Amino acid sequence: MISEKKRDIYAGALVVLLGIGTALIGQRYQVGTLTKMGPGYFPVALGFLLTFLGCLIGVAALAGKSVVETSGGAHHGGFAEKFDWRGWVCIVGSVVAFMVLAEFVGLLAATFCCVFIACWGDKTANVKSSFLLAAGITFFGVLLFSYVLHVQIPIVRGL
Amino acid sequence: MGGFEGIMHGFSVALQPENLLWCFVGVTIGNMVGVLPGMGVLSAVSILLPLTFGMKPVAAFLMLSGIFYGAQYGGAICSILLNLPCHPPHAVTCLDGFPMTKQGRGGIALGITMMGSAFGAAFGIVQMMFFAPYVAEVAFKFGAQEICALMLLGLLAGSTLAKGSPLKGVAMTVFGLLLGIVGTDINTGVERFTFGMIDMADGVALVALSLGIFGIAEFLKSVNNTAPINTAYTNLRVRDMRPSMADIKLAAFPVLRGTIIGSLCSCIPGTGPTIASFVAYAAEKKVSKTPERFGHGALEGVAAPEASTHSSVQGDFIPTMSLGIPGDAVMALLLGALIIHGITPGPRLIIEHPDIFWGLIASFWIGNLILIILNVPLIGLWVKMLMVPYKFLFPSALFFICIGVFADRNSLFDVGVTLFFGIFGFLLMWLKFEPAPILLGFVLGPRFEETFRRAMIISRGDLTSFVSQQHPISAVFLGLCCLLVGGQIYVRLRPKKPKPVEAPKNLTQAAE
Repeated sequence: MISEKKRDIYAGALVVLLGIGTALIGQRYQVGTLTKMGPGYFPVALGFLLTFLGCLIGVAALAGKSVVETSGGAHHGGFAEKFDWRGWVCIVGSVVAFMVLAEFVGLLAATFCCVFIACWGDKTANVKSSFLLAAGITFFGVLLFSYVLHVQIPIVRGL
Repeated sequence: MGGFEGIMHGFSVALQPENLLWCFVGVTIGNMVGVLPGMGVLSAVSILLPLTFGMKPVAAFLMLSGIFYGAQYGGAICSILLNLPCHPPHAVTCLDGFPMTKQGRGGIALGITMMGSAFGAAFGIVQMMFFAPYVAEVAFKFGAQEICALMLLGLLAGSTLAKGSPLKGVAMTVFGLLLGIVGTDINTGVERFTFGMIDMADGVALVALSLGIFGIAEFLKSVNNTAPINTAYTNLRVRDMRPSMADIKLAAFPVLRGTIIGSLCSCIPGTGPTIASFVAYAAEKKVSKTPERFGHGALEGVAAPEASTHSSVQGDFIPTMSLGIPGDAVMALLLGALIIHGITPGPRLIIEHPDIFWGLIASFWIGNLILIILNVPLIGLWVKMLMVPYKFLFPSALFFICIGVFADRNSLFDVGVTLFFGIFGFLLMWLKFEPAPILLGFVLGPRFEETFRRAMIISRGDLTSFVSQQHPISAVFLGLCCLLVGGQIYVRLRPKKPKPVEAPKNLTQAAE
């Protein structure tokens, strides 16, 4: 795990990057003046604000005053110690599979693969339970979304 | 329309079979979501939002609101019996609820929770009935300057008073404002931040954003990383839930105090039920003659926070419905749902759409009644639901996310956007940003920009008009903003004292 200080510095850097990017892109639209604000005025202002906030987060981290964990009570935790590539790849893969299959093959295949692939993200997954869950969700999902709610994806494309 | 007339009208709306059915569906799903470890209100509301597009706005809104307050009932079960705070507002209930369960008094804790919740909710609803129309009446006189300053106050409060670092919260709000202006600018027709993509011209879809940062990001974080569920204490019968007279006497004043704290918290924008429950617990511990019992199964420690959660949940609807300014992310989402259904939020809502406002209040009464009926005799069913393993939950939810986002605008591109926000949201959470304020900024973003532009046109670009003599109210709001920021800086720079309420380590896992 990385230290709180480093994490805050990264966080500040990310916000600064977002801010500078916004301000630069916003500049391309017409900025205008306060009286006659153009479409670029608000984005540029927000960009500067973000940059400033990012600097503050970074400075606070460097000054050693951790800006995290003071208010509220319940704070963030529960992040796994190790990178869980298996879970991440399966979840992202499941959504990508849905997009690709829904576009080219149809709802039936998209639903089944989406659920089946996601199941494998869990370390204790096995073929039987994943298959059963995927089949069950596909059955009810197609019934609900195709026949009741008329979602605009054909069950099988080309039929 | 007066209060009495209004509520009668409301009941005539809420009791229509269609609306009654959807209210029932909403609170039932809400209760289920509350019980299930690993599902949040935000993701549940966003998954169901696209399914409501075919419904009438009133029915849709009653259902979506039902999910929100229904989940508060379910969340308590999860906290008390499993020691898992499925929902942040109930994290503090674990402290005394679970020890009570271990002593075999879990049923009583739940019974008292139900009574306290009902009382808290009833108080919150009455408060909304009388308060919201009055607030809206005052807000009628607001011009662009006042509304702009009020939005700023709402945004600042929402981002600094919620959990996590205030500085990062503000950064997230600004990021949300930015996401809100993506797409075609309504004043000039210029496409902003679309990066040349036609699909982006309509802006980022609310559903895609919220399911990305609260759905996919959450799954990325929790997969293979959930606490094991301890089912040793889940055998519970209805008759275990009946508290004795002595229990009721013990809990009566804590419930009352909790309710009042909750309703006060709901008046401050940005302090939702989570803060209310923590404050109520701390207050209860302070006034108690035997504070050492807290943490070892004190009934007061369950009753007060639960009552305050419920009264603040209902009170949270006041600024949303009467001013059109949401106090937290759930309210922002519900407000977004109203906008999608073609209803303009703001002070005019109560007069222009009495069906929605009074119908909502009437449905609160009905919904809370249904929830009590659902929870007391059917407690065994909900307890069974606690055992649905996460490994079946998230793949199913992923499918609902994909198809829900698609159904929103019939666009697979939006599914990709959702995935992007999922990964980005995960990165943000890893950097300890709290993603909830993004939604707040996102929903208010376009209106904030428009109002600010209008204010500047009216005052001919004079920024000092916000604090001038013509606009004393906006000056007050801005003063409150300064107070808020100043207060945060003061709290941070003064020497640290130990926290009054220390959450145990295991609380943090599911609470996010």
